[in-house]
Amino acid sequence: MSTQPTDKPTAAPEPPPVSPTNTTGNRTDARLRRVRSIGNQVWATMTLPLLSIVLALIVGAVVIILSSALEPGKSLDFGLPLRAYSALFDGSLGGENGRVSTLVQAAPLLLAALGVGLAFKAGLFNIGAQGQFLLGAVGAVAASQLVQESGPLVAIPVAVLVGALVGALWGFIPGFLKAVSGAHEVVTTIMLNFIALALLSWLISGPLRLPRSPQPVTNTVGDAALPILLGRDGHIGILFALVAIPIIWFILYRTTLGFEIRAVGANPDAARYAGMKPRRLVTLTMSIAGLLAGLAGTFNILGINHQMNATFSTTVGFDAITVALLGRSHPVGIGLAALLFGGMRAGAGFMQIRAGVPAELVDLLQAIILLFLVASPVVRRVFRLRGVKASLGTTDTMARTYGSEAIK
Amino acid sequence: MNDIPVIGLIVQFIGFLIDQLPQISNAAVAVSIPIALAGLGGVISERSGVVNIGLEGIMLTAAFVAWVTGVVAVAILGPGEPTAIFGITLPLLLAVGAAVLSGMIMAGLHAWLSISVRADQIISGVIINIAAFGMTGYLNTIISTQSPLGAGGFRDLNVPESFAEIPVFGWLINAIFDQGPIAISAIILIVLCQILLFRTRWGLRTRAVGEHPRAAETVGIDVIKLRYRNVIFSGAIAALGGAYLSIELTSSFQAGMTAGRGFIGLAAMIVGRWTPLGAFGAALLFASSTAIGRAITFAAPANDLGRFLESIPPQVYDALPYLVTVVILAGVIGRSVPPAADGQPYTRESAA
Repeated sequence: MSTQPTDKPTAAPEPPPVSPTNTTGNRTDARLRRVRSIGNQVWATMTLPLLSIVLALIVGAVVIILSSALEPGKSLDFGLPLRAYSALFDGSLGGENGRVSTLVQAAPLLLAALGVGLAFKAGLFNIGAQGQFLLGAVGAVAASQLVQESGPLVAIPVAVLVGALVGALWGFIPGFLKAVSGAHEVVTTIMLNFIALALLSWLISGPLRLPRSPQPVTNTVGDAALPILLGRDGHIGILFALVAIPIIWFILYRTTLGFEIRAVGANPDAARYAGMKPRRLVTLTMSIAGLLAGLAGTFNILGINHQMNATFSTTVGFDAITVALLGRSHPVGIGLAALLFGGMRAGAGFMQIRAGVPAELVDLLQAIILLFLVASPVVRRVFRLRGVKASLGTTDTMARTYGSEAIK
Repeated sequence: MNDIPVIGLIVQFIGFLIDQLPQISNAAVAVSIPIALAGLGGVISERSGVVNIGLEGIMLTAAFVAWVTGVVAVAILGPGEPTAIFGITLPLLLAVGAAVLSGMIMAGLHAWLSISVRADQIISGVIINIAAFGMTGYLNTIISTQSPLGAGGFRDLNVPESFAEIPVFGWLINAIFDQGPIAISAIILIVLCQILLFRTRWGLRTRAVGEHPRAAETVGIDVIKLRYRNVIFSGAIAALGGAYLSIELTSSFQAGMTAGRGFIGLAAMIVGRWTPLGAFGAALLFASSTAIGRAITFAAPANDLGRFLESIPPQVYDALPYLVTVVILAGVIGRSVPPAADGQPYTRESAA
């Protein structure tokens, strides 16, 4: 977190200040200054995330080398990291299939991380994207059973709407509990993730189970299946995920709601004295975060899996947190970070086959990136980076509202 | 409205509970140990003013380290001869030691991030959880492909039958002492910490630092040092809970095997009002829902109640501990007041 509280509320790259004295001066000079100013902004916001990624790749390489000696009869293999990373790259960006797969993997991360980032802005930590994703997907499957043969024009909107709303409900619960009783969302959302898992398991082995199926599996989503635009499974949900970036940006920085969300995150007491309603905002923000994660699950089930079985799972919960922190909770940053992690998830399987490094390497890299991010004040000092933002784009109030009384 | 079957079911249920009391209470203590240790770690850390959400990840790391150390020790030293009581072997002892050490290192990282770097303590804690999940998952995949020989696990202290038949208290003795060495030491540790926290100089200082660090420093307490010490101690305690999972309750490691116990432990800490014994009590409460669910699955009664219970899907029992945690947390919080300086980084005044 930032050590200077003064740069807090403007963690987003705002338009560069245009000095009024320039209006009469040389136009090209002003434009040059403007470009340089934007360049400085980009440098200030992107340096630490990029540095964290590079450092994580280096530490990851060391771990790969060390663990290569764990296999019996083998010594340290210094070429393995290069082979692993090049396979990771080829699997995600080399070739048409890889690129589509990167987008397919990035879309749910993008949606869920936008929710996590929005919650960060309000001083809330949504670790519940996992459960919201899973239940959103179940909701979409359940709804699609009713409109299976009503034609895509009816079936898709109904299934998407129900999925999104179920996700929103799963975000509403911890938001509401925090608002009325002060139960911290970090604990309640984790608990709700486990409850969602049990609920999902019951639904697909009970009420939603396809009759006479040997394994618990639901019927297909039928007409609610999303149209494919790109390659094998590049579904239309990717487009919606991309559209969500400007929508969330607009809500955050150009609407009263967005202003209130940021105000509550920066200082709930001040927001309350200014006439805002922190309780309602906390509940609403968590519901929107849940809606976005639920939408991610909905698109995945309607666009890719088409039916749900007992192995339906996701890594979206933790990935979304990483993506939101790496993108400094800003919609554009989240978009870039989601692309990076989508690529890593897309290439991980290929890497495991070609280089023999477990796909879980992505989890490891993610962990190391996060450690460097949270220690960013230190990273900044070690690399003598001046004018670089160390803030994670979140608020400092998270720990302050922990275990305390209900929000007033 | 037909009331009689409902009352009948309740009566039968109470009868079932009394009948199964020895089994349920014993299982409840066994299930509660990791939760209680996480809760105790939370108490120690938060009483000094540092929120430690990372206990879940610390437990997971410790569970993994305990298991791996056992594997390595067995490969180098051989399995060893288990002692008559508890089945202690040298590899198992090394495993516990390594687990505690790993917990202290992880907690040291959290302490450094939240005390010296002054990062947001919640973010730091969650990142430690994700990091633990990623690292143990990756290393476990590499190691478990060779299906190595683990060090096994500790054995329970077999309480003689005659003790269990003592009227009124027999089941209690059985519940507490028919456990493994980590569980029994955990119970002792909890009682000890309760005394230390409220009856010694260290306890008074810890509480002072958690309530009003500025005032504590004014009277000469080194706030930073005390917080470091307490956070690292909390990591060691949670690590004991992790080792319990992989070498006492079971004798293997699975990815993500802590399954939220660290977080349930924090909820137990809140419900127990930031006291060691209170956290233990709350952990027992949470664990009893699991224990009753298990008793129902393994020894369902053969009457109306049994038929009713069998109509409940098993997933309900899976979700029960988490559900109970959310409900109790939402109900009790607000009446349970955290230390005043909990979660707030401290800056020395004398620095200038």
